[in-house]
Amino acid sequence: MTFFILRRLFQSVVLLAVVSLLVFLAVFAIGNPVDILINFDATPEEITRIKRQMGFHLPLWQQYFVFIGSALQGDFGNSFINGAPALKLVVERLPATLELAIAALLVSVVAGIPLGLVAGLRPRKPSSQAIMAGSILGFSSPSFWVALVLILVFGVQLGWLPTGGRGETVDVLGVQLSFLTADGLAHMVLPTITFALYPTALAIRLTRAGTREIVLLDFVRFARAKGLSEKRVIFVHVLKNILVPIVTVMGVQLGILISYAVVTETIFAWPGMGKLIIDSIYLVDRPVMVAFLMFAVFIFTLINLIVDITYSFLDPRIRISELR
Amino acid sequence: MTAREHSWRSEETAGVAVSADSPFRSFWSDFSESPVAMAALVGLALIVAAAALAPVITPQNPYDLAEITILDSMLPPGGKNLEGKRYWLGTDDQGRDMLSGILYGLRTSVFVGIFSGIIAFFLGTTLGLMAAYFGGAIDSVIMRLVDLKLGFPSILVALLIVTVLGKGMDKIIIALVIVQWAYYARAARSAALVERGKEYVEATRILGLSHRRTIFCHILPNCLPPLIVVGTVEVAHAIILEATLSFLGVGLPITEPSLGLLIANGYQYMLSGKYWISFNPGLALFVTILCINLVGDQLRDVLNPRLRR
Repeated sequence: MTFFILRRLFQSVVLLAVVSLLVFLAVFAIGNPVDILINFDATPEEITRIKRQMGFHLPLWQQYFVFIGSALQGDFGNSFINGAPALKLVVERLPATLELAIAALLVSVVAGIPLGLVAGLRPRKPSSQAIMAGSILGFSSPSFWVALVLILVFGVQLGWLPTGGRGETVDVLGVQLSFLTADGLAHMVLPTITFALYPTALAIRLTRAGTREIVLLDFVRFARAKGLSEKRVIFVHVLKNILVPIVTVMGVQLGILISYAVVTETIFAWPGMGKLIIDSIYLVDRPVMVAFLMFAVFIFTLINLIVDITYSFLDPRIRISELR
Repeated sequence: MTAREHSWRSEETAGVAVSADSPFRSFWSDFSESPVAMAALVGLALIVAAAALAPVITPQNPYDLAEITILDSMLPPGGKNLEGKRYWLGTDDQGRDMLSGILYGLRTSVFVGIFSGIIAFFLGTTLGLMAAYFGGAIDSVIMRLVDLKLGFPSILVALLIVTVLGKGMDKIIIALVIVQWAYYARAARSAALVERGKEYVEATRILGLSHRRTIFCHILPNCLPPLIVVGTVEVAHAIILEATLSFLGVGLPITEPSLGLLIANGYQYMLSGKYWISFNPGLALFVTILCINLVGDQLRDVLNPRLRR
């Protein structure tokens, strides 16, 4: 087990190193940042001075190690736009994004798994087919368009829900949270629905597919033959066996949701990380772009690592196959 | 590929004489069992035809400044301009006919989706087949690359590439290929691993065929069913991603027709009740993706040997 964790940890570190190299090279290719920082009428001396100050006179590989060295200390440079440390700008926006992503994930698990279970147990019933039709609709709808339709219906036509911003927030240990106030919750409804659409559709499909395969297995037949109540067969024996893969997929979904926040946050003017990255792309704010990409990749890798380790605890077959 | 294609063609030409259990016939009778999938297939064919013929069938070229007039701007669907010309889906803020705009946008979507899908298919499938066929170091290098790519959400990878390369049709296609190839590689590898152990592959070796010929003429045709299913999912995926990037303003430049750009453009007028500029292009995108997914679902059921009845 320790071997498995160490090996997985090592893989994650290698992955992060490779990605940092790719991000570094990629962003380096965008253009010379000196051009953005200097005035048009700067003298050659001034340009050389700024280049030295920023370390751009060093060879590329040395710049990479300088970049890695400061990145490990959480230093991605300062934003070209407002001078604040880039990583701080990104991390400050994390709670807003995380709040929305977790809310969406909760909605998708709470709604998706029971619906998928119903559809998997009685696949031929009209209600099950309606659920599957709904899940295909969820898969097929572009999230930004759904967001616009929701704004149109609930914001413009009915006027029931606010369509932008976080609303009133509560300060909890220095972190602003929306879901603790009625106003904040109202602001969360539409972005959460938009966000939850895809993972809910996914949860329905996975649960249905898992259920359909498992109910045919011998141990379910045996549980029924033993005279267990249908409720116990489904909720204890079937559910326990399909839940492990579903929970892992949904865990990875959290990382995916954080990246897809780009879309939802832009539309609902939700002040999270996604909105920040789009703004910084428009403004060619290189340090913030790099800090966001590295931070997003770091979180994603971390979530994958946690999910994998949890999975190997729950399912011993994974550990054994890794050892071979 | 040629072997399969050839056999399909000969069956089509043979017409009635073909027995019902020929592969293409049985595939088709399984596929046409679902009326929903058939409707989606017809819908998809209509969409692709309309997109391909956009310059011929649309009332105007919305990207030709000489054909649009600002006097006709913001007409609601079905509204007439001063000369009595009717705009069935209304016009946008520049007086562009929305119906024409949507068809031109669909043309871009379908082109980008299929073109990037084809490149990704060839790239990914070749790598996946090589990984399975040669094994060893080639396999591990290719599969580590696949893991690296699949480790990241598509939108993050696409954003990174588009930020580096900038806007433009060619850049979007590069981004979409990089996002997609790994799915083809994974599917091709797992299908080819099964095929590699079969006797016909051994026979090609005894016959002394080259590796290339064995891989592409003999293993590939037998790996096609799962790749076709991956293909439908990925084309839908690519179309959504292009629209999303364009909507965010990091995809196609505003001079190119794109559904994402049309939706983004209409977004600013939506709060004042002019819903049609954003709503209809999005609906067109939604229906297209839905049709592809429904067809893909049916293909998955028909081509999946585990669910064979």
